[in-house]
Parts: sequence; structure tokens; C-alpha cells
Amino acid sequence: MFIEVVINLFKNFLVTLQLFGFTLLFSLPLGLIISFGSMSRFKPLSFFVKIFVWIIRGTPLMLQLILFYFGPGLLVSAAETGGVDNAFIDFMRTLNMADPLVTAIIAFSINYACYFSEIFRGGIQGVPKGQQEAGEVLGLTKSQIFFKITLMQMIKRIVPPMSNEIITLVKDTSLARTITVYEIIWAAQDYIRVDGLLWPLFFTGVYYLAFSGLLTLLFNYIEKKLSYFKV
Amino acid sequence: MPFLEIKDIYKSFGRTEVLKGISFSLDEGEVISIIGSSGSGKTTLLRCLNFLETPDKGTISVGDMLLFDGENKAALKDEQIRENRLHFGLVFQSFNLFPQYSVLDNVTLAPKLLKKGSNEEIDKKARDLIEKVGLTEKIDSYPCQLSGGQQQRVAIARALAMNPDILCFDEPTSALDPELTGEVLRVIKDLKESGSTMIVVTHEMEFAKNVSDKIIFMADGVIEEMGTPEEIFENPKSEKTRNFLQNSLEKI
Ligand SMILES: Nc1ncnc2c1ncn2[C@@H]1O[C@H](COP(=O)(O)OP(=O)(O)OP(=O)(O)O)[C@@H](O)[C@H]1O
Ligand SMILES: [Mg+2]
Repeated sequence: MFIEVVINLFKNFLVTLQLFGFTLLFSLPLGLIISFGSMSRFKPLSFFVKIFVWIIRGTPLMLQLILFYFGPGLLVSAAETGGVDNAFIDFMRTLNMADPLVTAIIAFSINYACYFSEIFRGGIQGVPKGQQEAGEVLGLTKSQIFFKITLMQMIKRIVPPMSNEIITLVKDTSLARTITVYEIIWAAQDYIRVDGLLWPLFFTGVYYLAFSGLLTLLFNYIEKKLSYFKV
Repeated sequence: MPFLEIKDIYKSFGRTEVLKGISFSLDEGEVISIIGSSGSGKTTLLRCLNFLETPDKGTISVGDMLLFDGENKAALKDEQIRENRLHFGLVFQSFNLFPQYSVLDNVTLAPKLLKKGSNEEIDKKARDLIEKVGLTEKIDSYPCQLSGGQQQRVAIARALAMNPDILCFDEPTSALDPELTGEVLRVIKDLKESGSTMIVVTHEMEFAKNVSDKIIFMADGVIEEMGTPEEIFENPKSEKTRNFLQNSLEKI
């Protein structure tokens, strides 16, 4: 029985890992784009982006999940009542039919991209102006300065806050059960409901611990690799 | 014909006029020191020479090349600005070494990226420069492992590696503990001996007196007085110069 539960939970932990992996995959580049948007010298753009980031960071992720889960369906039925049909409504229809895991990945990616964008912004703006100027007076081009001088200093600055955020993401994935993503916590709760077993629920902690432990080791390794210089 | 000629440079930030018509010239191998109170525009002038700021008006020429002309500054392309910068080197008050690179790599980074020779030539030259500033034992150290004085000497070697015609210093010792200023000033003195053309903004009056061929005293964005060290320090003509020198003596 024990082995069976462990294996079964592991299968559901893979769903958790998928949500984690895809969220990272999409939110990292999206976060970089958002950070550029919020630093844009084109004021309307940076204003709009900042408002967006404020809304996403200022409301619970659970609420955003629910919005992404029910929102498209509500829009589609409203549109059908009103006789409206266009590409956007069509897209909403697709979203409405999509697997809840897909919906969760979208909501998580947007949410985490906003958090990451703030970290990236801090990392980019934290590199002293003098570094760029030192490169400029040596006659280097803008891209040489970015790739050879500022990028590494940015990475060093963002690794600690990023590792925090990424480990938070591991645990936040459990929120996806609110929109019926059958991940590890939900699977464990079924053991209570169906078999009257409580321990599988607690046992899920082992998977989270193992995975976040692995990530911690990885980030410590990266930090150590970068510890030969100070910024 | 002078080596460097600066004519009638104006620069404002918004409504603050910082430089109000700066003109001077410099021969090859000459050292000019710029003194003046805080806010008189010394840093801004050096930044204009290094094209970190664009003057509103005026001209800058080196040798027989007109590098900058306020009349058609809009036509100045990034590419051209980078070319122009190579005539000048700038040593910052706060060193601005690249923290992720060793001493050697700080010095070789720009020459290698800009393909100023084969890697062997560049390395060889960098080692010579690092020896010249007395840091051969520290060649593989990182900036965070160096004292301020050592960092500033690396910054000087880094600037020299690009073979600038004119090397500019912006208060190279102001960020240093008093006991470390000597080692940096000595390097600058050695450079003068070997014929470098330099512009040094400094608050070290004794140093300015000893090392310079010419002194410029700046006040409120203009050159209030210019002359040999004897003229400026022994017989200042302007009331403002006298007051400034008086004050800087009192501070010591
Ligand atoms: N980027 C800028 N934007 C606005 N004002 C500036 C800027 N840079 C300099 N200034 C102003 O220009 C004036 C001259 O500044 P500058 O740094 O050239 O003086 P300085 O002679 O180097 O002074 P210090 O001895 O304190 O270094 C100051 O009033 C300063 O506030
Ligand atoms: Mg200054």
C-alpha cells in the first residue's frame, strides 16, 4: 500500500512539476519584456505596464486563477446572448475548452512574470551608471557594454531574489487545485475521502521538500560560482 | 598648431548653464591641471571632452581633426562618437573598474573587443602597463581584493591600454584615504615624465603646482584665470582665484 501511494503521488507531483516548469519557461522571458516596458522612456507605455504589474501583484493569485478559469466562459455566454462574435470571443471559447492545467500555466506565467519583472528592473537599474560610462569612454558599443559588462553584474544581483521567488513558485503550484488541476495535494486529499487515509496528505510535503531542496542546492551553487566578485 | 584645441564650449542642463564659453589649448606632452570650487563645471568639462555629454556650442579638435562642432552636432553618429572617444581617456573619481574581471582582464577587455591587435600583443602591452603602475603581483586579483589606490592605478592602466592621445583625470584621489593618494599621484607624475598629454582635475594643490605646465582656475562655468603654476599660485590676478587659494590653504 505504501509503495502504491508513493508512486501514485509521484505521478501527480509530475503535474505539479509541469506547472512549475512551463510557468518558468514562459514567465522568465515575459518578465524581461515587462521590465523593459516599465523602464520605457515612452511614458504611456511605462505607465500602463506599471498599472498592470500593480494589479497583478496587488491581488491574490487564487483570484487571478479563478478569473482565468471562469472569465472566458462568462464572456463567451455574454457574447452569445448579445450576438457578438469575433476573433477574441473565439479565442475565449478555446480558452474555456482548454485543459485547466493550460489555464493555470497561463495565469501563473502572467503572475510570476510581473514579480520577475520587478526583480529584473532592480537588477538592471542597480548596476551603477559609472559601469556603462567606463565602457563608453573606452569606445565600446552599447551591445558590447551590455553583454560584456552589465549583464554579469545584473545576474549576480538577481540570483538571490530570483531563487526566493522560484522556490515560492514550487509551493504556489498547489493553488491550481482551486481550478481543478489534479495535482499532488488534491490527489492526497482523495486518499482521505476514498480510503480514509490521512498520512498521504502529509507525505506530499516530502516531495516539495525534496524538490525545493534540490533547487536550493542549485542556487547555492550558482551563487558560489558568482562569489568571486562583488557588485 | 596646438595638439588639443577647445573653443567656446557651452553646456546647460535644463536652465542651469554649467559651462559658459570654455576655450583653451594644450600642446603634446603638456599637463594641465584644472582647479576650482565645487560646482564650477570641472567634471562637466571632462565629460564633454569624453563625449559623455554633448556640448551645446563650441568646437573640439585634436591634431588637425575637428572632432566636434556645435554647429552640426545633430549629424554626429554613434559610430563617430565612439571614434572620437578613442582620442581621450578618462579616469573616474570612483574608479569604475569592472568587478567581474581580473586586473589583467579589466585592462585587456576593451582592446580585445575592439581588436586593437592580436591577443598576445594586447596581453603583453597590458602586462607592461600593469607593471608601470606597480601592480604586477595583483595581476590576477579582482577589484574587490584591491585597495582604493590600487584600483585607481588599474583604472589608469585600463585607460592607457587604449592609447589615448589625451588622458583626463577627474579628481583621481578624492575617493582615497589620504595615505593612498601618494601612490596614485606618483603614477601620474611618471606618466608626465614619459611624455603623456594629460588634463587633471584635482584638489591637490601641491601636486598641481609640481606636475603641471599650466593651471586653469574655473569658477561658475568660466575660466577665471589660466597660467603657469607660478603665475596662478604666486601671483593670482583675480580676486576669486586669491580667495579660492586662500580657502584651500586654510582647509589644510
Ligand atoms: N546631469 C546633470 N544634470 C543636471 N545638472 C547637472 C548635471 N551634471 C552636473 N550638473 C550641475 O552642473 C554644475 C557643475 O557640476 P560639475 O560636476 O561639473 O562640477 P565640478 O566642478 O566637477 O564640482 P566638484 O568639484 O564638486 O566635482 C553643478 O551645479 C551640477 O549640479
Ligand atoms: Mg567634479
